[in-house]
Amino acid sequence: MPRIILDNSVVDDNWQLITESEQADVDISQLAEGNYLVPLSVWNSLVAELTTPPANIGLWLASTELPEQIQGSISEIPVLAIDFPAFADGRGFSIGRLLRERYGYKGQLRAIGKPIRDQLSYLVRCGFNAFDLAEHYDPEEALTSLKDFSDNYQGSVDQPIPLFRRRS
Amino acid sequence: MYRYDSIDQQIVDDRVAQFRDQTQRYLAGEIAEEEFLPLRLQNGLYVQRLAPMLRVCVPYGMLDTKQVRMLAHIARKYDKGYAHVTTRQNIQYNWPALEDVPDILADLASVEMHAIQTSGNCIRNFTADPFAGVALDEVMDPRPYCEVMRQWATFHPEFAFLPRKFKMAVCGSKSDRAAILVHDIGMALTTNDAGEIGFEVFVGGGLGRTPVIASLINSFVPEKDILTYLEAILRVYNLSGNRENKYKARIKILVRAMGAEAFAERVDQEWKHLKGSESTLTAEEIERMKSYFPTPDYREVASTADTEIESLRSEHQAFDRWLTRNTRDHRQPGYVSILLSLKPVGVPPGDVTAEQLDAIADLADKYSLGEVRTTHEQNMVLADVAKDQLFELWQDCKKLGFASPTIGTLNDMICCPGGDFCSLANAKSIPVAEALQRKFDDLDYLYDLGDLSLNISGCMNACGHHHVGHVGVLGVDKKGEEWYQIQLGGDQGKNASLAKVLGPSFSRDEVPEIIEKLLNHFVDNRIEGESFLEAYRRIGHDSFKAAAYA
Ligand code: SF4
Repeated sequence: MPRIILDNSVVDDNWQLITESEQADVDISQLAEGNYLVPLSVWNSLVAELTTPPANIGLWLASTELPEQIQGSISEIPVLAIDFPAFADGRGFSIGRLLRERYGYKGQLRAIGKPIRDQLSYLVRCGFNAFDLAEHYDPEEALTSLKDFSDNYQGSVDQPIPLFRRRS
Repeated sequence: MYRYDSIDQQIVDDRVAQFRDQTQRYLAGEIAEEEFLPLRLQNGLYVQRLAPMLRVCVPYGMLDTKQVRMLAHIARKYDKGYAHVTTRQNIQYNWPALEDVPDILADLASVEMHAIQTSGNCIRNFTADPFAGVALDEVMDPRPYCEVMRQWATFHPEFAFLPRKFKMAVCGSKSDRAAILVHDIGMALTTNDAGEIGFEVFVGGGLGRTPVIASLINSFVPEKDILTYLEAILRVYNLSGNRENKYKARIKILVRAMGAEAFAERVDQEWKHLKGSESTLTAEEIERMKSYFPTPDYREVASTADTEIESLRSEHQAFDRWLTRNTRDHRQPGYVSILLSLKPVGVPPGDVTAEQLDAIADLADKYSLGEVRTTHEQNMVLADVAKDQLFELWQDCKKLGFASPTIGTLNDMICCPGGDFCSLANAKSIPVAEALQRKFDDLDYLYDLGDLSLNISGCMNACGHHHVGHVGVLGVDKKGEEWYQIQLGGDQGKNASLAKVLGPSFSRDEVPEIIEKLLNHFVDNRIEGESFLEAYRRIGHDSFKAAAYA
């Protein structure tokens, strides 16, 4: 079973990604068993049909998609993943912050695609708490990179009070 | 100047440890090449034509003498004994070994310095007026605000992987010596009718492949709101900037595509949500930052200093020339600022040896309150020199090779490292600068030409700011050979303009001759007192073009 980092530890993960190309072949009735992350288009049509999709269905956003495009109640989404199609595509950092700070999303926010170990501290500060790192990173070893910095200047999701308001 | 507290120190120390670990993992093959790339870039490390190049951050150009001595030490220990002042007020080393970089960063951290975000697609060093705090025409000292912004930008978690690099500059004086209109964001300190402090904000300027003068998008952002406003701009850019084509990825392309007004509106929509948040600056924080840049304890300089200088001037022509070109007026009576020229003939513009760096530190301790500044014209400044020490200082400068009395003349060229060092170059730039300096070495002639900026870049990335030189020289590649395009009429400052290409390019040997023709055309046609740029604007581009290709 794939292993991801969730809230500072490594856990088994059983959420399966339904990609854009697969979605055409997938019927919602086939998604009754298991846990699935579906693309935005599928999510939005589920919301149109059911208002609240079942709890085994989560959503993943492409780096070009914005929270404002999500239909229905964002807070009900069990797992919300943001794709980093390349690790250098930094849009996900803004999308993460928007979801947490503007949309008040409290559920699992997951970085997927190709995020790298050395982005972990930035990702945490932008509100991510789950990380499916690029394959060649050992998640156990990567845990240390969560603690690269002892403090930070800016206000961010994990510490909304900027350093200048905390200096004594 | 700003001093680290224990938290600032801890943050740079954490960074050194982080990069040490990253370097070890990279050398052990645990980080892929392309993944290590942005990590090393954001620590200032390029891989260049001959060796890695390390760019050290000099925040808004301010250095104390302990830092200057450390720069000398690094040049000696890890490099070939010299360093280079860049056109963004930073310091570059051309020969460090990758394995040594963590140690270099640790040495820098020991004197409150770093190489954080000096390259890569992130927020770069903030640049400012090298005469900040002492200039006669200053409205407000930009440095406290630059420091506020520096801290905000350091490891900003949302903006470490932008579509492209992002450069900002702040100006606090009537004339703009920070070239704010050719930055991604340029800010000018100002006050509103109620006397409150704020910023005019210009966005989307830049040189490079597509040179653009920035557009004003907000004429007054109150000082307390500046961080949230910057955050709004950066967020719009991060989400909407072009990530497909790196040549279209700078914010200037986005601003141009949307139109400045529509862009400003998008920023306002975003800002609405951020304004007033915890990131709003407090009066205490602004005061705290200002307290690091107090008016120094200037001493009383005897009023006889002026008459003494005048008589020394008439005795020593070289001293007179140096005073005329290499000093700047100071707001404190009895004081001046002086420029140390890093442009002696035969040395790549902006290069300084370790010995010279040590000597500069000694000069600053002896004559200028222990501080030194770098300029984007690649010289250095001693900002606070008492007039009664000027003659002695000049003699020291002469001995050390900093006294070329050519600041602001044709020979004070801005020149990027070019093909001798830079792997992106189309052509060499340093030999062009040297050939020109040798050809035009007569001081009387240089003075007769007056203020004239000549800027050389080895490729269209424009590190040598050729678009804003009165004369710009750009290295181009024609079928694998090095050629040079000449441009005329650029200018920096509040009325910045972009230079216009003269015509077909020239071989390296032809460049000095063509420049000579252009200068002769200016001398023959100028009206009394007219500068090169004024004459160019009056006579017109075509007239110069005809002279060049005649
Ligand atoms: S202008 Fe081009 S050649 Fe010169 S330093 Fe910049 S990238 Fe290199």
